[in-house]
Amino acid sequence: MDAATEVYMPGSEEEAIAAFGDGTDIVVVGGGTIVVPEMSYRRLQPAKALMLGRAGMAGIRREGSRVTIGATTRVAELADLPSPLGPCASNVADIEIRAQATVGGNICAGSGNEAPRGDLQGAFLALGATVRSAGAEGVAEESLEDFLPKRRKRLLLDISFDEPAAGAFAGLDRPHTHDYTALAVSGARSADGTIRLAATGAGGSGTRLPSAEAAAADFEAGGQAALGDVTPHDDAIASAWYRTKVLPVLVRRVLTELKESA
Amino acid sequence: MNLTVNGVTHEIDSSPLTPLLDVLREELGITGAKAGCHQGGCGACTVLIDGEPRRSCLMPVGYADGGEIMTVEGLGTLDDLSPIQQAFIHHYAAQCGFCTSGMLLAGQAYIDHGGTDDEEAIQNALAGHVCRCTGYSKIIDAVAATARGDSFDLTETAVGKHTTMATGGAE
Repeated sequence: MDAATEVYMPGSEEEAIAAFGDGTDIVVVGGGTIVVPEMSYRRLQPAKALMLGRAGMAGIRREGSRVTIGATTRVAELADLPSPLGPCASNVADIEIRAQATVGGNICAGSGNEAPRGDLQGAFLALGATVRSAGAEGVAEESLEDFLPKRRKRLLLDISFDEPAAGAFAGLDRPHTHDYTALAVSGARSADGTIRLAATGAGGSGTRLPSAEAAAADFEAGGQAALGDVTPHDDAIASAWYRTKVLPVLVRRVLTELKESA
Repeated sequence: MNLTVNGVTHEIDSSPLTPLLDVLREELGITGAKAGCHQGGCGACTVLIDGEPRRSCLMPVGYADGGEIMTVEGLGTLDDLSPIQQAFIHHYAAQCGFCTSGMLLAGQAYIDHGGTDDEEAIQNALAGHVCRCTGYSKIIDAVAATARGDSFDLTETAVGKHTTMATGGAE
């Protein structure tokens, strides 16, 4: 550990926001599962580190059908939530890592060179989630889609969504618990019948699949249409070719599951 | 910061960002937790924090401040091995031994949380732990035996009379 790193361990959300400031030169440490090894291997030597673990930002709140999840809620705590979030969270890493990794850290993870990170992004995109974050222009609330491009520059405070009428998740099996999921698709249907679909692992971050949503009435066509919404990439765990072949299959599975839970 | 390791409280000088593993091994000289990959990928550094299994290589020590840490040294002694340690010996569940302390602690936490001898449940509990000697069957047998409360005469084990291998590879 670089002794020169100045460490902040705020005791409240207000203190965390103040310490984060405009986010310049500060690395946010949620659970530590992604950032700590980066520092151990000296790929990351931050001037300042903001450790959120004692800031009281964890917990799942329900107000009517609105669910709000605090930034430092553990990924493991989402396991019992309905699809797509529960199955998606259960598919992250292993018992020990799910119990340490935080929701905020997962959503704000940068894209890894070797594998897609941010397993939960797709599930939250399908849920039409809203992010409350702090940073340069103070506290702001916006859709996750708008937040994702800024996720490395702002401090996520919490994320919320309306419970869907139905949800579905389909992901590729992982050869080992430590592998990131090469590709996964999440879907949600709201009470008025609107279907939202999103993929994790089909680009730099979680990706909405609007063309697939538009064609969702026909599962086969929906699956094929999804290919127009993404730019599959090659990395250490899967090729772009493989992702292109599998994405329509996963979309079809999700649409089928959504229909069956009608 | 204060860290209680195996019942002994230590004052810690390291930065709160230092991985707990490095504090245990380098500042305190407690070497039971192994530095396998140092990036959360192998499970060899697993310790119990307030009874919960955690990767000590990923855990900033600042988050363990005030917690009760148990390493393999706290599980039992050479003269008084804990049931899971006896089961690992009886079932020949350690080969090179590098993954063993992590396996033992993850297995212990599984049993402490009411785990049974169900093979799939044990696999799930140990899923984050890599054994490069590929001794998984014996490790799962040992955890299952502990969950059942099997008892062993380790003097017999030493000559191989009651191991899974000697009884025809029951796994």
